[in-house]
Amino acid sequence: MREIIKIANLGKFFELHNLGKRIKGCQDISFDLYEGEFIGITGRSGSGKSTILKCIYRTYIPKEGNIWYNSRLYGVIDLAQATERQLIHLRKKEIGYVSQFLNVMPRTTAREIVEQAVLDMGYDPEYAEEEARNMLTHFELDKELWDTYPNTFSGGEKLRLSIAGAMVKRPRLLLLDEPTASLDNESKEKVKILLRKLKAEGTSMIGIFHDLEFMEGICDREFSMRTGKFVLDNTAVL
Amino acid sequence: MYQQEQPILTVKSLNKRFGHGCLNCQGVQKEKLVGNYCPFCQTVYACQNISLEIYPAEILGVVGESGSGKSTLLRCLYFDQDISSGEGYIQGYKDGLVNIFNETSQQKRYIRNHLFGMVYQNPYLGLRMNFSSVGNIAEKLIGAGSRNVDFMAGRARELLKKVNIPDYRMKEAPENFSGGMQQRVQIAKALSNNPPILLLDEVTTGLDLSVQANVLDLIKRIQRDLKISMIVVSHDLGVIRMLADRTIVMLNGRIIEQGLTDQVLEDPQHAYTQQLVYSLL
Repeated sequence: MREIIKIANLGKFFELHNLGKRIKGCQDISFDLYEGEFIGITGRSGSGKSTILKCIYRTYIPKEGNIWYNSRLYGVIDLAQATERQLIHLRKKEIGYVSQFLNVMPRTTAREIVEQAVLDMGYDPEYAEEEARNMLTHFELDKELWDTYPNTFSGGEKLRLSIAGAMVKRPRLLLLDEPTASLDNESKEKVKILLRKLKAEGTSMIGIFHDLEFMEGICDREFSMRTGKFVLDNTAVL
Repeated sequence: MYQQEQPILTVKSLNKRFGHGCLNCQGVQKEKLVGNYCPFCQTVYACQNISLEIYPAEILGVVGESGSGKSTLLRCLYFDQDISSGEGYIQGYKDGLVNIFNETSQQKRYIRNHLFGMVYQNPYLGLRMNFSSVGNIAEKLIGAGSRNVDFMAGRARELLKKVNIPDYRMKEAPENFSGGMQQRVQIAKALSNNPPILLLDEVTTGLDLSVQANVLDLIKRIQRDLKISMIVVSHDLGVIRMLADRTIVMLNGRIIEQGLTDQVLEDPQHAYTQQLVYSLL
């Protein structure tokens, strides 16, 4: 199997100039993610899990180390050094990010959100419409909600929409930042089914979960974090 | 593999100062400025060494406090003000090989009328308040070379409809309109010549929330449908977050930080940007 991501000595801290403080994010993180693999990261809140994902997505600027990503657009590229325009293209076409917070334009309907994700990939409107319909059906989002604004949605509905928007692109790499944190068991199960399906289609994933039970049977490997570092490297298949 | 993309607009080392400068503030001793102001000769350095690129269909956000040089930057690009020094290249103009700031005023007018659209914070700067709305748009079209009255009236109607000005008010003068409507007429006017680059200066400042939402939706829709590149200047981080792919932060006439919009807002690097982000309600 080939690596899709190779992280070497990744470190991140936050320099707070106004307070004269330096906050640690994560240190000395190194691991490889293989194509089609699902890596789970666990740890208490504040241990630096999200920091790793945000460094990969470049919402945070890494301070140390490299994040080698084997991209379709540019070949092997260091995400820690990639230009903003390269990142914009990679985010549109290859790398998805899902958190428990649905981050979208206000006054955009559920259907438009999913369609836009397909349009961003460069497909034509008819195809986008069809894909959006398929995806919303697949995610069992109530038809009544398709043409309404998500700000009135329940947590589970928002999340399913959020994953639909990320999944409809069939990203090569999907980053999951505690997507199930606020979900009931039934919704969690639905998300799990979808993640399995994505994985079967070849998407590589890195996910953060509080819920160890959820990770069972879906994660290939698991890392545990404490104070910004990996403490246990459990490479055995769970 | 991906082909290297070309910026639609490139600005290199743009400088704009108001005043002549003196030995204190010129050259090596520039650190003796107070902010962007020279206390000896009263020269204001409004834009200092500004370099940026805009790519096709991209929205570039520019944030910064008032007086940081945001509006001056746009006005220099739109040739409202002469620059002190610097270079600018547009992809669709003479193959991007000619510095637009060195062109004759006739050529600058051509660029302004064909390649740029501008929406000012103050509608009085962008509109003739006592002309009809249709007339305002026709004015821009005439500047861009149109002479056919039917065509211009049709185009004006189409655009005003796009920005939700009702049919029965299209012939009215903007002075009778509310601030939000005036802003929308300005946007229609700026779009009339199909410019590849749109400059927006604090377009939602001073509008109430629902009207602001209308204008923002309109801008986003235009960008999506027409694939126009835009520079959006605003001191409102919410507006920038909603619209911009990349963001530039200005302070005292300089670019102090730039990056992906979500990165600038979540992981700001410069002390001033951090303070700005923490000031968010």
